[in-house]
Amino acid sequence: MPGILKIALKLLVNDRSKFIALLVGITFAVFLMIMMMSMFSGILARSSSSVYNVGAKIWVMDPAVNNATSSIPMPDYVLSNARSIDGVKYAVPIYFGNALVKLKSGAYQAVSVVGLDDATLYGRPELIEGKIQDIYAENAFFVVKDAEFKKLESPTVGTEFEINDHRGLVVGVAKVTSSGLFGIPTVYTTYNRAITYIPSMRFTTSYILIEPKHDTDIPFIQQQIKKLGYQALTRDQFVQKISDFYTYQTGMGMNVLMMTAISFIVGLSISGQTFYTFILENLERFGALKAIGAKGHELIAMILFQASFTALLGYGLGVGLASGLMILAKLRLPSYAAQVTYTNLTFAFFMVLIMAGVSSYIGVRKVLQIQPFDIFRG
Amino acid sequence: MGTLAIKANALVKWFGEGETKTNAVKSASFEANFGELLYIVGPSGSGKTTLLSMISGILKPNEGSVLVEGKDIWQMKSDDIADLRLHKIGFVFQDYHLFPRLTTVENVAIPLILKKMDWNEALKVALEYLEIVGLQNRAQLQPVKLSGGEQQRVAIARAIAGHPDILIFDEPTASLDGDTGRKIVEFIKTKILTADRCVIIVTHDSRIYEYADTIMKMEDGKIIGFERNTLTAQ
Repeated sequence: MPGILKIALKLLVNDRSKFIALLVGITFAVFLMIMMMSMFSGILARSSSSVYNVGAKIWVMDPAVNNATSSIPMPDYVLSNARSIDGVKYAVPIYFGNALVKLKSGAYQAVSVVGLDDATLYGRPELIEGKIQDIYAENAFFVVKDAEFKKLESPTVGTEFEINDHRGLVVGVAKVTSSGLFGIPTVYTTYNRAITYIPSMRFTTSYILIEPKHDTDIPFIQQQIKKLGYQALTRDQFVQKISDFYTYQTGMGMNVLMMTAISFIVGLSISGQTFYTFILENLERFGALKAIGAKGHELIAMILFQASFTALLGYGLGVGLASGLMILAKLRLPSYAAQVTYTNLTFAFFMVLIMAGVSSYIGVRKVLQIQPFDIFRG
Repeated sequence: MGTLAIKANALVKWFGEGETKTNAVKSASFEANFGELLYIVGPSGSGKTTLLSMISGILKPNEGSVLVEGKDIWQMKSDDIADLRLHKIGFVFQDYHLFPRLTTVENVAIPLILKKMDWNEALKVALEYLEIVGLQNRAQLQPVKLSGGEQQRVAIARAIAGHPDILIFDEPTASLDGDTGRKIVEFIKTKILTADRCVIIVTHDSRIYEYADTIMKMEDGKIIGFERNTLTAQ
């Protein structure tokens, strides 16, 4: 490290109270920003869990659908038409609904029911207990072993329950990529059993899942579905649509944005003010350095280094603190929806760079204004 | 007396404009030579510090020129003037301006570090200069733990560590008691002033006049006279 930067580092860290105040300010701001954005990312990821878990390439739905759990049933002709489109390898229906389960203990628990196409079981989860063909047995269900599994009293293969006054039998335990957003357990069964057990409207198909022959067929399939008055979205488009709904139509995105902005302003205020005070207190020394022969760019390098060092250290501490808290929270609450993403980290990093930049700018301006003559005059 | 170190030609400096205009230095000319201990004396507000700042490349004069070792410094670019200050001129400020968060030895090493010397090497050399001023045993202390006289000596060590040809002291005895002040100036005279170095001291402390080779008197922005000290204390 060049000597001039070593001097800058010593001036900074040896002023313990200010250095700690600077670090606390930036760490706190980064912590809040990461927490807010991670919670939001977690919620968005959970909101699209069905889309990830089923894994179909194309989802056909009513254009008014804005998230996976509030599907609008479609008439059967849409499925027939979808199957006849050029470029469609196969198309199957899937059912999403909710039901009330009476457990062995007599307690009631709401569940999310996924009805898989009887012929293909397309979109089935990976089993960790039981056999896939057992789903065709009488009253058979798979239960998903996720964070909500305990709410079903941790059933095993052979456990019985009542679902809307029908007998249900657990024939398999499955795992999925992502848990749902609303904290209720998920069970899988066949499409026909689902629509039989759960009261439904005239139409029963929640979504039509399409596998195209080639990816290049997707735009054509989407056009043909649109002609029917429905919407065909790729997995990514559907995830985006759900994210947009939660971000822009629920107020959640605005709340997170406001909290993130407040965190940034708090961090900027603390770090900016403290750094400014630090520079003011050292102004005469910077002037003395100038008089001794330090050049303007060397003083700028010192200040930029001090601001960047504090910002990066605060960033690391903030990310570590947020991650630690999330790990602790997940140990206590397995369904805790928060995830640190590269986007969150990058965003927080740029916010911290802005804090460092603004703080440095104030410092640099002050230091460049000081004249060595002022030092002589005292 | 040695060769010419500094030549100031008709230096003029004013501050402000119009009715607020103040003439701080009015056409000041003088010469300082290597091996010479020159005092600039005069009452407060007589323009001593302004003159000192102009000859050391810190404050640009409105008129006149300053030649340091034959070069007109105010014709140089600002980075070149900074280089000149770093390599040719050493400063001891009235309030010392030591860095309280650095150790004594690190303070002394600053000019060496600015000259891009390796950190450890700079500390090693700085320690030698602390030895010259008799403070090697205070090397790892922070300046606040030193007495006023010791801080003054640290500031001197810092000023001479960069091997300057010209050393400038601004009121070196202002905050010291009579004895300590005399000892400091004695030290400057015997240890710091060499045949290839010019030392300029701004002071209005008449107790130390006896150490000067030349006393330049200022009043109201003008040089009003020179006095060769024939009874220079050794």
